[in-house]
Amino acid sequence: MQSGIGARIPRKEDARHLKGKAQFVGDIKIAGTWEAAFVRSPLAHARITAIHKPQGAEARVFTAEDMVDLAPIRCESTLPSYKVSDYPALAQGKVRYVGECIAICIAPTRAEAEDLAEAVRVDLEPLAPVVSVEQALAPEAALLHDDWGDNLFLTTNHAGDLTEAKAKATVVIEREYETARQAMNPMEGKGVLAHWDHKAEQLVAYTSTQVPHLIRTGLSECLGLDQAEVRVIAPDVGGGFGYKCVLQPEELSLAWVARRVDRPIRWTEDRREHLTAGANTRQHKYKITAYADDTGRLLGLDADIWVDVGAYSVWPFTACLEAAQAGGNLPGPYDLGAYACRTYSVATNKPGFTPYRGVARPGVCFAMELTMDAIARAVGRDPLEVRCLNLVQGAAMPYTNITGKFYDSGDYPAAARAAAEMIDSANFRARQKAAAAEGRHIGIGFSTFTEQSAHGTKVFAAWGLPLVPGYEQAMVKLTPSGTVEVRSGNHSFGQGLETTIAQVACEWLKTDLAQVKVTMGDTGLTPYSTGAYASRGMVMAGGAVSKAAEELARRLKIHGAHLLQCKPDEVEINDCAVTNGIASASFAEIASAWYLHPDRLPDDVNTAGLEVTEGYKPDIDTGVFTYATHAAIVEVDPATGRTTILDYVIFEDCGRRVNPLILDGQSYGGAAQGIGTALFEEVIYDAAGQPLTSTLADYILPGPAELPHFRLGHAETLSPYSRHGIKGVGEGAAIAPAGAIVNAINDALSGYGVELTQIPATPHRVLSALLDAQDKQKVPA
Amino acid sequence: MKPAPFTHDRPDTAAAVASALAGDGAKIIAGGQSLGPMMNLRLARPAHLVGLTALPGMTEITETGGAIHVGAGVTHARIEDGDSPVTLPPMLRHVARGIAYRAVRNKGTIGGSLAHADPAADWVTTLTALDATLHLRGRESARQVPMRDFMLGAYRTALAPQEFIETVTLRTSMREALWGYDKICRKVGEFADAMAALVLVPGEGYARLVVGATGGRPLLLPDLAAQIARTAQHPGPDVLRAALAEHLPEADRVKLHLLTTALDRAIAKVIPA
Ligand SMILES: Cc1cc2nc3c(=O)[nH]c(=O)nc-3n(C[C@H](O)[C@H](O)[C@H](O)COP(=O)(O)OP(=O)(O)OC[C@H]3O[C@@H](n4cnc5c(N)ncnc54)[C@H](O)[C@@H]3O)c2cc1C
Repeated sequence: MQSGIGARIPRKEDARHLKGKAQFVGDIKIAGTWEAAFVRSPLAHARITAIHKPQGAEARVFTAEDMVDLAPIRCESTLPSYKVSDYPALAQGKVRYVGECIAICIAPTRAEAEDLAEAVRVDLEPLAPVVSVEQALAPEAALLHDDWGDNLFLTTNHAGDLTEAKAKATVVIEREYETARQAMNPMEGKGVLAHWDHKAEQLVAYTSTQVPHLIRTGLSECLGLDQAEVRVIAPDVGGGFGYKCVLQPEELSLAWVARRVDRPIRWTEDRREHLTAGANTRQHKYKITAYADDTGRLLGLDADIWVDVGAYSVWPFTACLEAAQAGGNLPGPYDLGAYACRTYSVATNKPGFTPYRGVARPGVCFAMELTMDAIARAVGRDPLEVRCLNLVQGAAMPYTNITGKFYDSGDYPAAARAAAEMIDSANFRARQKAAAAEGRHIGIGFSTFTEQSAHGTKVFAAWGLPLVPGYEQAMVKLTPSGTVEVRSGNHSFGQGLETTIAQVACEWLKTDLAQVKVTMGDTGLTPYSTGAYASRGMVMAGGAVSKAAEELARRLKIHGAHLLQCKPDEVEINDCAVTNGIASASFAEIASAWYLHPDRLPDDVNTAGLEVTEGYKPDIDTGVFTYATHAAIVEVDPATGRTTILDYVIFEDCGRRVNPLILDGQSYGGAAQGIGTALFEEVIYDAAGQPLTSTLADYILPGPAELPHFRLGHAETLSPYSRHGIKGVGEGAAIAPAGAIVNAINDALSGYGVELTQIPATPHRVLSALLDAQDKQKVPA
Repeated sequence: MKPAPFTHDRPDTAAAVASALAGDGAKIIAGGQSLGPMMNLRLARPAHLVGLTALPGMTEITETGGAIHVGAGVTHARIEDGDSPVTLPPMLRHVARGIAYRAVRNKGTIGGSLAHADPAADWVTTLTALDATLHLRGRESARQVPMRDFMLGAYRTALAPQEFIETVTLRTSMREALWGYDKICRKVGEFADAMAALVLVPGEGYARLVVGATGGRPLLLPDLAAQIARTAQHPGPDVLRAALAEHLPEADRVKLHLLTTALDRAIAKVIPA
């Protein structure tokens, strides 16, 4: 079977998952393990006046006072005006969100640990809760961090001159948009199991993370250990989405306790903890003014963006990555003449903002795509035509946009037109009319975006992060039996990297996928990698594996040629062997010669051997840009407010498709999450800052019955700047759905004069808008 | 999300159940599909759970003298599947199929659902519409309560302390009922935001129109039911909305709109508008 780049093959990891044999943190068995439960804050904002440990259980309950030698999570940034928040593993003096950890309790079982946690009494003196960005910015607002003077982590200002755009504009569109707070809901929540290994003199932490090497750095810095004294192992991880790319306070306090009591301790996040303490993403507000001419050409854009970043800055991505991404990505795939944008990263009494699949772009794409449709309506043109008019044209590539993003390759309008063709937009108005005659309301919507992937050193350095990715390392080796082993410090947590990086090795070594063993996620066994985020895994780890495999192939040819008694340039690699015509030396024979019978090799043999570690980054640091257009046809039922997606197409271009099957899976999964953002998911807070959506009965995720049959189309414009022309694709499909679906809803309801600008577009929001419109019609002007 | 400590037993006589329930903090558990989540959230903290599945008859379905008796411990899944020695009214099977997900239906019971009395649950509305009678068993007594009088409000029922539901009885004529049922959920398997049921048994002159998921006990609309039976006409959404607004003055406009839709659609399944 062809296993190299481009092969559409099932994933290596599926067998163990389908048999229930995977090893998640919760599956790991170490004798003597105890379980932990956290005492969490019941209030959004309060001073802690006392914590009372239950009598007799003092040695099994730990608070910040016990952990004086544990440093808080501290995320510095070089951005001017940025304010640092100390994020203690266990609350110190004050609690700043519902669900914040106050104490950690340990017992032989989780139920007993929860009994203990319940018996801990915490005396709290309530402070005024800050639940929205408006409240946070009000002059008399209570302060999250007493020494700050205000509630702003950061403001940025992209100053742009809009004078000419304003003067020329004949159409001015002003809109306010709002996106809900979400919880990412990986199937497996967070989890960590730590113990002190006396033989290795190491803290060993099994943790459900996307970034094991970063967690090692974080743990060692906060615990005051040398990095060599910490080993982090990410076992099977059941989804990450960004939720697991930051240092968790629970990881820290648990590691501290495991070392103190000298016993393995585990904590497994439950869904309620996730939906409260993990409600940490997506919440934005926008105020946008767009200046356009009569044709719908966008001349300039003026924007204010507020990000509700919660109480603390997460490490290492800071509370400000979101706003930096939002301000930088709002123009997206469009060619703009002028742009001004101010962003506000606002502290509130909610969990600290964490980047989620798409990072800021689902919000900016929603805002931009609704604005595009508003312009189209204002000038009376087809939304597709207005988009194509404004998109960066294929001939302009490579193209540097108004915020300095370097779009490396592709044809954005072509993708938009291809999506339109797939969904047959040309005949849609006739179809819409026919439906209307039956009393049905259907609408069409488009959404186009670019996805910066694998952005590297300079980009992250410009965001001022405390930790900047550089070269990605990987190791590829031939085992003594002649099979291939790949080791990467990146991680596979559902996105299939375990399979796709093996495919890259197969590309050079012409082996079967089953012959490639992949080890990832263990700092004790893998070369350094900053990990899996920012759609970088395939580009970076894939590139590093490619370089290492290429070098291994070169060395194999030298040894193989020797065994075949010919020159290295006379041989090639075929089917797990070095061949010269019909003569061949199998990998098994070469491995046997190198490891077990070096006497078969020449005296001047290359001693570098058959284990190759290489470092890689693409030719550019600015990232390679995937792009896509999503198009949706929906039906809205004015009797129930319910939106049904009748058709959904995605036309995307992510460069070389390493495994088209996995790529399709990434598109389905991402789009499903985007539909959650568009129609269902919302963490609701009351005025006291209490989350009201703390179970899955209240926080609604889309299920199979709510999802459409996605139809996919592809272009394959190779990036000139990355190995094999690969671009990242992990995040993309989550970005566009809200724009496409809400545009379609607004199109369906245009007869009612309804325009939704807030997501999720729940039946309640749709009905409220319809009833408002009805009331207006009843009242004569 | 682990429950507080509790003990558990499964008595096999009604008397033993009653005396077990007399204990401090004792509570019945049936399928555990409502009680379980509440215990895991520690919103319910029974000290002792009394399982009913060992009681004779609890999981049986029988027919005597023009009545179908469904044991309180019969699961939604069995009703959905028609896994019964006697034919069940088609409406029961239809409604069972729409409750939650199959995993929940495999464990959840008809008696547990009624005793739990969630306003948005399917059985409280359906069995009110089908004029069911509940057989309740107490320590020394047994009594019958018509379903329409059983649910007093949200999560409140006519059950006395130490009393439990033994069987749910329906007239066999409900097999021939004309019925319409509609519920509006955000997602397949979620609890409903609105529901309604219309049941007509022309031979008996029986007509009942019930609205569920109102936030309280199922709402009966007897005048409208009689009008529908008499005229065989769909009253139309405006009339329905007005009736609902009159009976549910607290309902906000969105809720009223959804309830109107459910009612409109339930009726339309019997009498097209
Ligand atoms: C995810 C999910 C979705 C759901 N969706 C729906 C839905 O769409 N529609 C719907 O109607 N329901 C729904 N349910 C609830 C489900 O139908 C439950 O099965 C039902 O409400 C309770 O039945 P049970 O047998 O599990 O009772 P239990 O949870 O065991 O008990 C519930 C209560 O009833 C009491 N009790 C149980 N049996 C008796 C008895 N014989 N006599 C007296 N008291 C008794 C218990 O003490 C307890 O207070 C859902 C549940 C879940 C978990």
